[in-house]
Amino acid sequence: MKQTAAQQPNRQAFTAFRSSPGVLFWPAVHVLCCLLSAAAGFRFSRLLFLLLFSPSPPSSSSLHHRHLLRQPPPAILPSPPPPHIHPPPPPAAASNGVVVGRHGIRVRPWPHPNAAEVARAHEILARLQQEQRRRYGVKDPRPVLVVTPTYARTFQALHLTGLLHSLMLVPHPLTWLVVEAGGVSNETAALLARSRLAVVHLPFHEQMPVRWHDRHRLEARMRLHALRVIRENQLDGIIVFADDSNVHRLELFDEVQKVEWMGALSVGILAHSQREGEKGQSPLPIQGPACNASGHLIGWHTFNTLPYAKKAAAFVGDGATVLPMKLEWAGFVMNSRLLWREAEEKPGWVRDLDEVGINGEEIESPLDLLKDASSVEPLGNCGKKVLLWWLRAEARSDSKFPAGWVMDPPLEIIVPAKRTPWPEALPDLAFQVIADDEDHVEVHPSKKTRSSRSKRSSRKKKKREAHVDAQVSDLFNRQEK
Amino acid sequence: MVGSAGDVLEDDPVGRLKVFVYELPSKYNKKILQKDPRCLNHMFAAEIYMHWFLLSSPVRTFNPEEADWFYTPVYTTCDLTPNGLPLPFKSPRMMRSAIELISTNWPYWNRTEGADHFFVVPHDFGACFHYQEEKAIERGILHLLKRATLVQTFGQRNHVCLKDGSIIIPPYAPPQKMQTHLIPPDTPRSIFVYFRGLFYDVGNDPEGGYYARGARASVWENFKNNPLFDISTDHPTTYYEDMQRAVFCLCPLGWAPWSPRLVEAVVFGCIPVVIADDIVLPFADAIPWEEIGVFVAEEDVPKLDTILTSIPIEVILRKQRLLANPSMKQAMLFPQPAQPGDAFHQILNGLARKLPHDNNVYLKSGQKILNWTAGPVGDLKPW
Repeated sequence: MKQTAAQQPNRQAFTAFRSSPGVLFWPAVHVLCCLLSAAAGFRFSRLLFLLLFSPSPPSSSSLHHRHLLRQPPPAILPSPPPPHIHPPPPPAAASNGVVVGRHGIRVRPWPHPNAAEVARAHEILARLQQEQRRRYGVKDPRPVLVVTPTYARTFQALHLTGLLHSLMLVPHPLTWLVVEAGGVSNETAALLARSRLAVVHLPFHEQMPVRWHDRHRLEARMRLHALRVIRENQLDGIIVFADDSNVHRLELFDEVQKVEWMGALSVGILAHSQREGEKGQSPLPIQGPACNASGHLIGWHTFNTLPYAKKAAAFVGDGATVLPMKLEWAGFVMNSRLLWREAEEKPGWVRDLDEVGINGEEIESPLDLLKDASSVEPLGNCGKKVLLWWLRAEARSDSKFPAGWVMDPPLEIIVPAKRTPWPEALPDLAFQVIADDEDHVEVHPSKKTRSSRSKRSSRKKKKREAHVDAQVSDLFNRQEK
Repeated sequence: MVGSAGDVLEDDPVGRLKVFVYELPSKYNKKILQKDPRCLNHMFAAEIYMHWFLLSSPVRTFNPEEADWFYTPVYTTCDLTPNGLPLPFKSPRMMRSAIELISTNWPYWNRTEGADHFFVVPHDFGACFHYQEEKAIERGILHLLKRATLVQTFGQRNHVCLKDGSIIIPPYAPPQKMQTHLIPPDTPRSIFVYFRGLFYDVGNDPEGGYYARGARASVWENFKNNPLFDISTDHPTTYYEDMQRAVFCLCPLGWAPWSPRLVEAVVFGCIPVVIADDIVLPFADAIPWEEIGVFVAEEDVPKLDTILTSIPIEVILRKQRLLANPSMKQAMLFPQPAQPGDAFHQILNGLARKLPHDNNVYLKSGQKILNWTAGPVGDLKPW
């Protein structure tokens, strides 16, 4: 329909021009109105037709209206309105019912959303989505047990809040087992209390080491600890290993409902950092199950560490690429009944949890919990669908951050940014001095070696802060005067 | 509770009626299509597909004496501009020429003066054969079709271009294309109201108020800042997918009250919000539109958000359940090849429901009702 209309100017060229009596008068009115509009400098019609209600259909003639149609729509001249206030009467072709012709555009006085209505619409949407899930989604969802190792550090709030919000959106019953290295801390407890989830906050009495290699090992032991807790309390559900810095799709939690005993998922590895001089984009490395054409598990895609060998990060927060292990825990899910001492139909290819991890045995991935890895079920369309991404982004282990990320009391010293558009910028002198100082600091680190850089830059930072303080206090002194 | 939207939809017309298809010279159908194959894909393609369907349908009879209905395959909507829009200027002459042909070569037209004949006229205002409403009203329905049954997409109560006994059909929407854009049904519907299309037709009605009787402009002015309304003039490639993620889809009138949006909304499970006063929707005697869609008067458009958010949740759920009924979706489509319950079958059902013909259908000897010289002079020229 809209297409037909858009073509009307072209089609009018095809139309035979027909004259009818009474038309001679109207061009004169047309010319008069054109002159009037040109004199007035605006088009009458906009005033008349916006914000008016539709006219009641009078039964007078329709000649004027037909006249409007026969002329090609004037592009430059203003369109001729009738010299009276009401819009031109539509033709009385339909005696009752809808009338053809120009109607007003009805706009209410305050055409903005009403907050109560928006809230009600969201309620409707939530209810409809719940119904959709009931009809098409997972039937009889099993509870989910999420195991997360964590520890209090700078970026913990960032990662844990992200994971927390993802878990709050999961529509299935969920229990979150958070294992914290270094014991239960107030920061972590405060973060966890913000969620309305069932959280089991487990202390683990060892400090998180600074080397990545040791850290991966400790996390594995922390996860084992959580698994032992699950076993002792006979918690029922599907165990998902969600690391606090990973990113999860909500479809993940629907997909894991399909697992019978142990499942494997594809994990996208976001370890790739910008490599200079590299053209094009190499595909995202993915760890996960590898299947043959008939969908059976035949092997594993693991992470190729060779390209990163020289640039791998050794310490937490040292700025280099953090590499995952060969197979990350996050890519596996298991039925908690695998861990129970006594469970019906428990398969024979799983080791008893009490025998795992003793005598210094290194557990690298959940496959070490099994005697035979061939019965693992590939999930996510046999690993083709990536439902979570592995990521490690950490600040330096000794970096400071305000407790609870709350600035209390609020800051009093305000230093302007390098390029500020605000007219209340500090006078140029102090500004330039600060800028020069920052330039100094930035130039240096590239020349230093990595181990000594950290000490240098922190010293420089302290110097700069002292310098800035001096400058700013000078300013205040000047202003006071 | 499975929504039952009228078991009439599942009636099988085979055995209930017989249709005789006139063999017209190919200049009325095949040659026109050969000249411009675009006619198979636009929203007026129902006239062509109905012809093809009838040619191989079990209701077809080669014996005109036993036929209940007579079909004339003339493609009046296939004279397209370079942009693909149908020009209706030759259509009255084409139709008249076809009727002259069948009335001289077969006795069945004169027997009833067309009262047991049906024609498919899917153009903007049906058999008024014009795209501008005033002109269409001025012309009125082609006089020679006064007694025939018209199968058309246009339907508006108390309108010259809708005669009693017409069968309203949905416009053609490509079933294959819609099928390929289906998304999983558990994708949550998160858009509250969805609409893509023009609000102002700047080329033909720059000030607004004329196009769509100002209703579309009113929707834009009132709700362009409302986060619940995902409305714009975009042409996104994800149009079909977006409709499946929306709860309500607006179906306002344009230059004519009908549009393929209704078909798309029904197929994709989005509740149609029909804003067109006095509109008659397709197959209204078989499909309970009141229970499936929401009808909003044009004067109530400024209150559209209040109206939609105050619908009780059970009513919305019920509408969605009814829409999910596959026979409803099937009745809106013209699949190739035809399938049971589709729009072709609904048309036949409609024709079957009009049987048996009244006695006044058959003219007494010497009785003449049609005036073969009525109508504008230009229509009388041969085609």
